[in-house]
Amino acid sequence: MTELAITHAVPGRSFWGDAWARLRANRAAMVSLVYLGLMAVACIVGPLLVPHQYTTIYPDYVRIPPSLSPYPKPEMIETALGDVLKRMRVDVKEWRQESDRIFVTITSSREIDERNTRYIDRSDTFDDARVEEKSPDGKTMVMSAAIKQQHFLFGTDNTGRDLLSRTLMAGRVSLAIGLLAGVVAVVIGVVYGATAGFLGGRIDEAMMRVVDVLYSLPFIFFVIMLVVFFGRNFVLMFLAVGAVLWLDMARIVRGQALSIRRQEYVQAAEALGVSRTGILARHIVPNLLGVVVIYMTLLVPQVIILESFLSFLGLGVQEPMTSWGVLISAGAKNIGTANWLLLFPAFFLVSTLFALNFVGDGLRDALDPKDR
Amino acid sequence: MLIFVVRRLLTAIPTLFVIITLSFFLIRVAPGGPFNQERGLSPEVKANLERAYGLDDPLWEQYLRYLGNLLKGDFGPSYNLPDFTVRELFEKGLPVSIQIGTSALILALIVGGTLGVIAALNQNRTADYAVIATAAAGSTIPTFVIAPIIQLVFGLTWTLLPIGGWGGGAFVNKIGPVITLSLPQIAIVARLMRGSMIESLRSHHIRTARALGLSEWSVVVRHALRGALLPIISYAGPAAAALLTGSIVVETIFAIPGVGRYFVDAALNRDYTLVMGTVVVIAIFTILFNLAVDILYAVVDPRVRYD
Repeated sequence: MTELAITHAVPGRSFWGDAWARLRANRAAMVSLVYLGLMAVACIVGPLLVPHQYTTIYPDYVRIPPSLSPYPKPEMIETALGDVLKRMRVDVKEWRQESDRIFVTITSSREIDERNTRYIDRSDTFDDARVEEKSPDGKTMVMSAAIKQQHFLFGTDNTGRDLLSRTLMAGRVSLAIGLLAGVVAVVIGVVYGATAGFLGGRIDEAMMRVVDVLYSLPFIFFVIMLVVFFGRNFVLMFLAVGAVLWLDMARIVRGQALSIRRQEYVQAAEALGVSRTGILARHIVPNLLGVVVIYMTLLVPQVIILESFLSFLGLGVQEPMTSWGVLISAGAKNIGTANWLLLFPAFFLVSTLFALNFVGDGLRDALDPKDR
Repeated sequence: MLIFVVRRLLTAIPTLFVIITLSFFLIRVAPGGPFNQERGLSPEVKANLERAYGLDDPLWEQYLRYLGNLLKGDFGPSYNLPDFTVRELFEKGLPVSIQIGTSALILALIVGGTLGVIAALNQNRTADYAVIATAAAGSTIPTFVIAPIIQLVFGLTWTLLPIGGWGGGAFVNKIGPVITLSLPQIAIVARLMRGSMIESLRSHHIRTARALGLSEWSVVVRHALRGALLPIISYAGPAAAALLTGSIVVETIFAIPGVGRYFVDAALNRDYTLVMGTVVVIAIFTILFNLAVDILYAVVDPRVRYD
């Protein structure tokens, strides 16, 4: 006969502890979670670390392809120098390059002003311009300038803006919109749905009829009407998007609230005389949280797609502010000449959407109580 | 059955009426008007234009007139494309959108359905996971990313397809748009098919069919598939309505002269009649396809009777 003796207390696992343990075991979800974290950090901190501002225009570097080595490329120096000297209105006698400095001998029919070095400094390709030699009559001069080495890892866009900083900045906007509109939708949906489900009866019926009516309107019609009313305002935009997406949430939460209210433990609590708020706080809300969390992770990618779609149509975020949709739209118009404008933002958007979906699926598996 | 169809069509009339009324007043409440955007339009000219189109009448009068004209099949003139009536615009664009949409739908049903059945028959094996992964990719990547990438790969790098344009309806011009439109649908259909097929394969009549010694082909295609089709049919109805009335993204990127862009452009330019026309067309398509779904249900599932 075996003796079963509990030698040590088994620590009880809470619902959330249990869910976390299952989520940890889901490798795709964990990798995605880490990826999303990295993406968020890159988009928040990245624009500060990239040496280019997302709005700075480099006229010398319009639509240059992505490259790991710094710009200017050797063959670009001559054209850049030619542009500068044309602006200076002088003739070039000769020029040579010594390591990272260029020396140029210029002549003119009139005396050359030393302040002309500013023209060189103003260029994106050179800086630290100096007058090295000057002929006695001042009509010939040797100037030198350092070649400014700059990295454009993702290349530049049509107006010569760094695509890396723009992509990261766009990520900030897209993720922020996704999160904020998601929160708006969830808050409205949960409050509305839980109220309808908990109160029940005629109020519930009336509230759900409103949802049905809104549901039957074509979704895109709704969004475009909101854009028409609010104008192309960035903040109002995602409030509007959130306000459109709460319908699903409201339905799901109402259904859940209805079924939870009929559970035996709620009846038991009622029989024990627990107050309404007590039941709401102890039973209804915690049991709703799982569904809400799952739905929210699935809502965020929806919002990001919707925002990108609107920006793609030119109705969303406006220049010089940017989002992944804006960048993809610009990229789609330039695939013939500059495919990196499409590929980098598209990769960022799609990989983020994938990661969000994997996390959402993982959470659903982890939190779904019926699955045990 | 005929009585059922007639009754359904009759009940669709109030729905249509509510949709028309709601959108008529919604678009009128929006600030601005069809003639506000044009620069340098003097107030007198604007007033004359509005008088010519009857836009200065009281709103309810305009509403009743619009309803009256609609009954006669007159959708009114387009305000921003003054050479065309809304009816002409749809007669020109709708066939294009319908061709693309129908092809995409058929492709999605065939490919997605096949993938779903393959996945269900190989549940939890490599083929199943491959289909699930493809479906996840197809439903995650937005069309406005798929479309330019198809252009880039097949149009520019391999030069197999034209980059865009309608080309008078040439076959090669349709391949890109149709594939782009159908990919997300393939993903959804494959997922639905997989789920309902797995369930159908577990049901009693399949066990009976197997016990009777029917061939695997007969079991799967004649018996299991038939039961599994119902969710696909109910999905395909609304999807068909959406696909056939044009996709704005696909039509914009591939420069296709369909009706997909009408709605957004019209709403932004307050081209009231064109907005209304689009709403009416979409609503009619939706109603008709929902009816078609109900009829197909009765055909596929003998338990469904409408008399």
